[in-house]
Formats: sequence, structure tokens, C-alpha cells
Amino acid sequence: MPSRSRRRLLAVALTAVAVASLALAPQAMADYLTPESGGGSRNAEEIDALFKWVLYVAAVVFVGVEGALLYSLLRFRQRRGRKGAVAAQIRGNTSLEIGWTVGAAVVLIVITVVTFVKLPGIKNPERSGPGGATAAGALFASVDQPGPPGGKGLTVDVNGQQYVWRFTYPNRAYSYDTMIVPTGTTVILNLRAQDVIHSWWIPKLGGKMDAVPGYTNKTWFKVTREGAYPGQCAELCGRGHAEMLARVVAVSPARYRRWVADRKRDIDQANREAAQQRRTLSPIAE
Amino acid sequence: MAATTTETALRTRARPQIVARDARREPTGWTSWFTTVDHKRIGILYMATAFVFFMVGGAEALLMRLQLGAPENNFLDPATYNSLLTMHGTTMVFLFVVPMMSGFANYFVPLMIGARDMAFPRLNALSYWLFLAGGVVFYASLFYSPPEAGWTMYTPLSTEEYSPDGGPDAWIFLIHLTGISSILGAVNLYVTIANMRAPGMGWSRLPLFCWTVLTFAILLILALPSVAAAVTMLLTDRHFGTGFFDPTEGGSPLLWQHLFWFFGHPEVYIMILPGFGIISEVLPVFARKPIFGYKAIVVSTVSIAFLSLLVWAHHMFTTPISTVVLAFFFLSSVIIAVPTGVKVFNWIATLWRGTIVMKTPLYFAAGFIAFFTLGGISGVILAIFPLDWQLHDTYFVVAHFHYVLVAGSVNAILAGIYYWFPKITGRMLNDTLGKVSFWFTFVGFNATFLVQHSLGLDGMVRRIYEYSTSDWHALNLVSTIGSFILGLGVLLTVVNIVRSLRRGTVAGPDPWKGNTLEWFAESPPPPHNFDAIPYVRSVEPMKDIRRQVERDTRTRQRETELTYEEAEPVGT
Repeated sequence: MPSRSRRRLLAVALTAVAVASLALAPQAMADYLTPESGGGSRNAEEIDALFKWVLYVAAVVFVGVEGALLYSLLRFRQRRGRKGAVAAQIRGNTSLEIGWTVGAAVVLIVITVVTFVKLPGIKNPERSGPGGATAAGALFASVDQPGPPGGKGLTVDVNGQQYVWRFTYPNRAYSYDTMIVPTGTTVILNLRAQDVIHSWWIPKLGGKMDAVPGYTNKTWFKVTREGAYPGQCAELCGRGHAEMLARVVAVSPARYRRWVADRKRDIDQANREAAQQRRTLSPIAE
Repeated sequence: MAATTTETALRTRARPQIVARDARREPTGWTSWFTTVDHKRIGILYMATAFVFFMVGGAEALLMRLQLGAPENNFLDPATYNSLLTMHGTTMVFLFVVPMMSGFANYFVPLMIGARDMAFPRLNALSYWLFLAGGVVFYASLFYSPPEAGWTMYTPLSTEEYSPDGGPDAWIFLIHLTGISSILGAVNLYVTIANMRAPGMGWSRLPLFCWTVLTFAILLILALPSVAAAVTMLLTDRHFGTGFFDPTEGGSPLLWQHLFWFFGHPEVYIMILPGFGIISEVLPVFARKPIFGYKAIVVSTVSIAFLSLLVWAHHMFTTPISTVVLAFFFLSSVIIAVPTGVKVFNWIATLWRGTIVMKTPLYFAAGFIAFFTLGGISGVILAIFPLDWQLHDTYFVVAHFHYVLVAGSVNAILAGIYYWFPKITGRMLNDTLGKVSFWFTFVGFNATFLVQHSLGLDGMVRRIYEYSTSDWHALNLVSTIGSFILGLGVLLTVVNIVRSLRRGTVAGPDPWKGNTLEWFAESPPPPHNFDAIPYVRSVEPMKDIRRQVERDTRTRQRETELTYEEAEPVGT
């Protein structure tokens, strides 16, 4: 008797915890149960949506399996009074076994179909917005990443090096660590690495892609809202791996145009001054 | 004619009988452990050594967790952290799980199939000593410079230019030595299972643990040559000027990943399949019920092994490869969920309507099913390549493979230890302490790894020695505390083992009422295992033998009018 009432108490407590966590989960846990999304790029949003689909299916499977397991463990344990009870000597049940094999396959087919339906929205770049900044960039894909529809977009070369990211813009201006991009514009990234493998990842701007020496990998994003989007190198690249941070800052197309032109002018200026200095300091001066 | 009748009668009646012992004396003394070719002693050597490496690898993990317990922690410097993560991964994969499974296989396969030893006892000893040499060579790097490039040793980070110290070389020799050890061991196990089964033990009466060991052996033979080739190429790249992995010399860093993962993914199944076998042995014994769907479990084991050779590039979803390749490896990876699901359903159906005896081995087996399932589900999520683009190389992946390897393999190993310890030592492990150990590992494990899913979804990448975002602090702290609870749980089992070796209750030959032939031998079994090898009439030969003994005893009982009580092991 006491063990039964204890068990009932436990059952009530467990149910209460389950209900409470279900009620509180959506608000408190939303960020902990799904990938980063919100305010970033469409590919991140689509990955998030696909993840939720799969998560719901997975939750049903998980609850079903764990429930069956727990039920069997609680219901069919040997009891003190009935020590001699003989278990049902069942060796199998062909139709049941075929049933759950087919059932498992059907679940996976559903997941596969949903994935392929969602895939184009994640993989294929979006069309640039009407006011987006564009520049003609060479869009040849070494991997089968298509360019944005209409051919309008911005191509940025991303170069991973121990332990910093270098970004080269279409006018050959460059920056480190922080990439400035215009909002409403599809940005195509050409990912390269000059020493070891690095991996480009800004969680809110879509999935990661590796930058592998000797290869050009491609990915894209289109930021809708101005702001800073942090991320970091995702492939172990040496002792400074944890400090290899990256940040994408989205600004209005007009501000981007201004910034990238200023940046180019500053770099040219600095290069000219450096060349001058080298000439004056050269030991074999003419 | 008369002789044949007696022989048949003997075979079909299969009763235990006393036969005069082999006159050869057992070697004793500590030197005998170096000269032994007895499969049981080699099995013990394997298991003891692997368990020591488990402790070492666990300590490395705890050091890493300490560092990650707080943001911007200065407890470890990045070089130390990177060597710890490399050594932890390498140790757990190559020096703990695989050799531990080899240890179980060495000890129990001959006993379960009714053989007196492995097919090639001397080769068996060589396998063990090569494994130990691999471990020693690898850990010797502590005295100069341990490798820092991760257990996957990706090129170009592991090439001479970026890892000029000797660490990767120590790792390469570890792979070669343990690799040769595993291939020799696998050949030995394969030949033993194929040729030395007791009379009557056809393939459909082979214990499921032996089926999984057979599959484990075949996978090792198929997968290891690929990594052996890869590390040899890495060695020549590092020291002899070849450029297999150098894009400036016509090589490719991706070649390494293909060769490594062609081995690496089957390796995952190499680590889990014998665990499946242990669970499939433990469940029917403690549910007092035959395994549900023996043939389905065998077929799913073999199909998992086959499919595991076709999924390697799902570790490479973020590298530059085309969508066709991504789609193929996505599909082949999710298909594995079907045979794996079938296994889980069969195990639950084995418990269904059983008379479940709640002993420690069953606790660990149930823990295995519960959390291996979660690892399987997160595995399906990771196989979906667009999702993997977000989740790859984050703590979500770390959580996933620890659910498979700790909740999976380690739980199976602990179930195996509690189940077979009485056979190996002749003494029981303490059941209460075992259950306490289970609950500590259960709580500790989930506290450590469940929250890591969330960290990964929140953007925390793996293999970073520090983080500055305070958002990740709370969950990392939970994870760190959990890891110490998990460590304590494992330590309790160590205490249990040490205590029970001397003071445990004497077990007798068959304390659990087992189904398989190892329980027919004495505990611990004599060097030649069996005085007489019984004829096997079903997949549960011990059940047949017990029934026979019971029947004979009853007959004799009636004759002598003695009261008979069901034999229970002392103190259980």
C-alpha cells in the first residue's frame, strides 16, 4: 500500500512538472529548442521552420518510445507477492514487426519530403530588393550554388586565415572581422581559406559553410533589418580558434555605398603613403 | 549400433557432468599475465586497460568542463585545451570503447559459443599487446607535445606546417598500432565464431551478442584499411615531402576527410553494435522472457553495418560538395533510423509482459534504451543537411554523439560489467551501490549533455576553449556540475568493483538464470572453460539445461523423498 501511494504521488508530481514545463516552455525555452532566427536572413528563417517541423515529429516519436519503455518497466516488474509468476513466452510477432518497420519508414519519408520542399528556400539566394545596392560580380559557381535571380547582388570574397576573417568587396576595398553589407541586398559569399580549414557561420544569417584551402565554397544571405549579427569560426583552426570572431553589420544601401567608397579611398591613400615611405627609407636610394 | 544410441542420448539430454580435469596446471604469479594466451585473461587485460584509459579520458573531460564552467576562464590555456580535447576524443574512441568491446568479446564469445578458447590464442595475445603499445606511444607524447588538432586530425591543421611538433605523429602511430591490433582481433573473432560453435549451434542459435561481435569484426576489417592508408599518407606528407593533402601540390584537404570518415562512421557502429548485443543479452534474462524478434534483430544488425559504410560524407555537409552528394548521404543516413528503430521496438517488446527483475544490469540497459533513442533522434535531425548547416560543429553535435556514445556505449558497457562481473570473478557486485551509481550517472549524464543541445542551437560552436557571451554561462555551469555528478557515478562503480573483488557475495555459476552457455561454466571459468560441451538445441541453451536438471532432480527427489528448494544464489 505505501509503495502504491508513493507511486501515485510520483505520477502526480511528474504530470505537474510536465504540464508546467509545457506551459512555460514556449516563452522561456523558444530560444533553447530551435536554431537562431528572427530578424536575420531568409535562409536562417527557413532552416528554423524546417527544424520545427522535424522537432514536432521527433517529439511525438520520443514521447511514444519513452512512454512505452516507462510503462513496461513500471507495469511488468516482478512484484513481491507474485514471485513465481511466469512471463509471457512471446518470441515475436511478424505482422507487428513489419508494421513498425513500415511505420518508421513512413515517418522518415515524411521528413524527407518536407526537407526537399523546404530546400530551395534555404539553398537558393533570394532576389535583391528594389532599393538594394548591387554591383556586377562574377558569379561562377565552383559548387552548384546558383546566383541570385535577376543576377543582381553583391559578391563578397571571404578569406579565412589564422585567426581572422578578411572580406574583400567588389571595388577591392577590404576589411577584417566586421563585414559591412547593405540591407535588402542578396550577398553572395565566396569562401576561401589561405592556411587551414575555417568555417563561416553567422547563426542568424543561415547555415555554416567551410572555407577549405584550394576550394571556393559559396553561401548567401540577405539581411532585412539593420543591425549587427555576430558569429564565429566553427572549425577547429588552431590555438586562436575561440577568438576568430566575425560580425556582419547591415546598414542602409546608401550608407554602404558611402562606406565602401571611403574605405577604398583610405586604403589607396594608405598604400600610396606606404609606397612613398618605402622609397624614402630604401637603403639603395636612387 | 548401441554406441550410437548412447551418443545420441547423451547429446540430446545435455546434462552437466563431471569429467576429470586437464592435468595441465594453471600458471600463477604476476608474470603469467605477460605470457598468457588464455582468452579470458586476455579479455581481463583488455577490459582493465580500457577502463584505466576510460578514467584518464574522463579526467580530461572534467578538466575541459572546469574550463568551460565560466565565461572568459583562465584555468586552461588554448594549447592545453586543444590537446585535452584531442586526447579525450582519441582515448575514448581508440583506447576505451573499442578495446572494451574487444575485451567483452574476447572473454565471452568463446564461452557463449561453447568453445575452449579463441581460434588463434597467440594472435589474440599479440592483439592486446599491440593495443597497449598504441596507448603507450600516444600518451608518451605528454612528455614532449601532445597533439592539438582534434581526434579527427583534419588536414591542413595536422600537417607539418601547422603542427610542427611530434603530437600528430604520436597519434598516427596510435592509429597504426591499435588498427593492426583491431584487425588481428577481428580476424580472430570472425574465425572463432564461424568455426568453433558448439554442436547444434547453427547461425540461428548464435547468441545475439556474438552476432553483433561478428558484425563488429567485419566492419573493422572493412573500415580500418581506409584510415590506415590516410594516416600513412599524412605521415609521408609530414615528413617525406608528399602532397596528398596539400592543394598547392595537387592534393586535397577533402581527401583526408573522405578517407577518415569512410573509416570514422563505421567506427561509430563498431563502438555501438556490441553494446546492442549486450543489451539484447541482458534484457531477456531480466525480463524472464525470450528476446522479441531474434531474426529481426540479427537482420537489423547486419543492415546497420552495411548502411554504415555508405554514410560517411554526412560529416562533410558543410564542405564544398554538390547537392546530389548531399542528398545521397542525407537519404542513406536517415535510412539507418529504420533498422535502429526496429531494434528499439524489439527491446521494448522484450520487456512488454515480462516479469522484470529490477537488478542493476537491467537499470543500465533501460537507461541505454531511453537515451540512445534520444541520440538516434538527434542523429536524424543532423542527417538533414540543411539543418546540419546550422548545427554542424556546434554543441548540438557534441550532445548528439555523447548521447550515442555515453548513454549508448557506456551504459551498455556498465550493464555488461554488472551482468558479467560474477562470471569473471565469481563474486557479485553490490546491487544497491550499483543502483546508486546508476542514478548518479543518469542524473549527471543528462545534466551534462541535455543542455548542450540548447547551447548548440544558441550558437555555441564546439572546440572553443573560452567564450565571452554571458548568455551561455548558466547552461555551461549546469553542464559542468552535471559532468562531475556523472564522474562520481562512474567512480561509485569503480569502488563497487574494488570492494566486490574481495568481499562480494559468492556468485555461483548462474546467479541471474542466464540464457547462454557462459553460465554453464564455473565462475570464474577454469582455463579450459567447460568439462563437457553440451549439445545446443535452441537460442537459449541454458534454459534447456536448467529445465533438464530440474526434471532430473524432481525424478530423483521422488525417488529419495527429499525436499527440494529452488536453488538461489547465496545472498541475492
